[in-house]
Amino acid sequence: MWSILTNNWSSFLTGFWNTILCSVIALIFSLILGIFFAMLEVAPPKFVRIIAHIYIEVFRNIPLLVIVMIFYLIVPRFFFKLSGFQSGTIGLTLYTSAFIAETVRSGINSIGEGQMEGARSNGMTYIQAMRYVILPQAMKIVIPPLGNQFVNLIKNSSVLAFVAGFDLMYQAQLIAFASFQTIDTYIVVGLFYLVLTLPLSYYLRHLEKKLAN
Amino acid sequence: METFIHAYSWVDIHFLLQGLWVTIYVSLISIILSFVLGLIFGLLRYMKIKYVSAIVGFVIDIIRNLPLLLIIFFTYFGLPELGIVTNQTAASIIALVIFEGAMLAEIVRSGISSIDPGQMEGARSNGMTFGQAMYHVVMPQALHNMIPALLSQFVSLVKDTSLATIIVLPELLYHAQIIYSQNTTYIIPMYVIIAVMYFIVCFCLSMFASYLQKRFKMD
Repeated sequence: MWSILTNNWSSFLTGFWNTILCSVIALIFSLILGIFFAMLEVAPPKFVRIIAHIYIEVFRNIPLLVIVMIFYLIVPRFFFKLSGFQSGTIGLTLYTSAFIAETVRSGINSIGEGQMEGARSNGMTYIQAMRYVILPQAMKIVIPPLGNQFVNLIKNSSVLAFVAGFDLMYQAQLIAFASFQTIDTYIVVGLFYLVLTLPLSYYLRHLEKKLAN
Repeated sequence: METFIHAYSWVDIHFLLQGLWVTIYVSLISIILSFVLGLIFGLLRYMKIKYVSAIVGFVIDIIRNLPLLLIIFFTYFGLPELGIVTNQTAASIIALVIFEGAMLAEIVRSGISSIDPGQMEGARSNGMTFGQAMYHVVMPQALHNMIPALLSQFVSLVKDTSLATIIVLPELLYHAQIIYSQNTTYIIPMYVIIAVMYFIVCFCLSMFASYLQKRFKMD
């Protein structure tokens, strides 16, 4: 098993790096998008709420793979060039942003209405109240579920293998088919993924317990 | 527009519906089996039996933190190396059941833990056995709390069946790929319609989840 690791060390490292890179980029942008759409979903105008709702429901109910394939096959053909890595990351960002929006929205809803009213009656505009009063409290509540979304994001980044994104999974397939040692390769790749996800989810469980008390 | 009309000929739609059917039945079988597995392992993990619960918990954590795609590869390309021959359908169902079973076990465990221990104590002190107390008192309440999490896990299971295209399971996405690889101008219509099909199936499940939640709203 270790021969697999030592013989293909550089491919594994490239894959590992690409997986991390893709996850971090997708996390940053999906956080921005997710918080944006969560705020739209609780905004006063009904029309805005409907748009946000449609966005969230569409991306939550279509498989990630289909979204990624659309960016990999259709967008480059008719609009602009995207590499596998780019299209995978964009798809992942949109997909995750819907889940993050839903999480953040439930966090915002869990903040008492009095907070908003209090802030407004102190002369803040709606946006100021959201920015300085509601969101900071909501974000504190949703940190554990957001962390779980990040774990999911790392796992989901394996779809890059479908679009030649050179992530861990893609490298794994290449190595497995070249060496014919499929099980050993998959175990090694599994360990690479666990290095990323397991500490994170244990830390989140710890955090959740700490916040619950 | 012309290509859309041609792309949605009855032959193609029929072919896609066949794929949708495979998606649905693979999902259904996986949902049922993984729910049973999740209940058993969630209970085992909750019951705190010496060693058993710790080992079960560790295995669940490992599986939960691996990508499903890796597990699909493992069951399709890895199991035959161990002498277990599988076809695409069996391999994808096994992979889905293992992965989603672990996810569901965690939901079940946290659902049971969310019930006040006093419920169990009360039931036990009224002369019920552990099994009776679990079945008649704790589980119904726990299941009620779990409904939203369970249903959203089922929705993601349906979406995750699309990953099985990589091992050539003849499901919806794979059938669409066959159609547009014969005529590449069909690529947009195909992705539009399969997105709509997936959306309908998953959205109905989501709606069902929120209906159940309202229907069984306690107090």
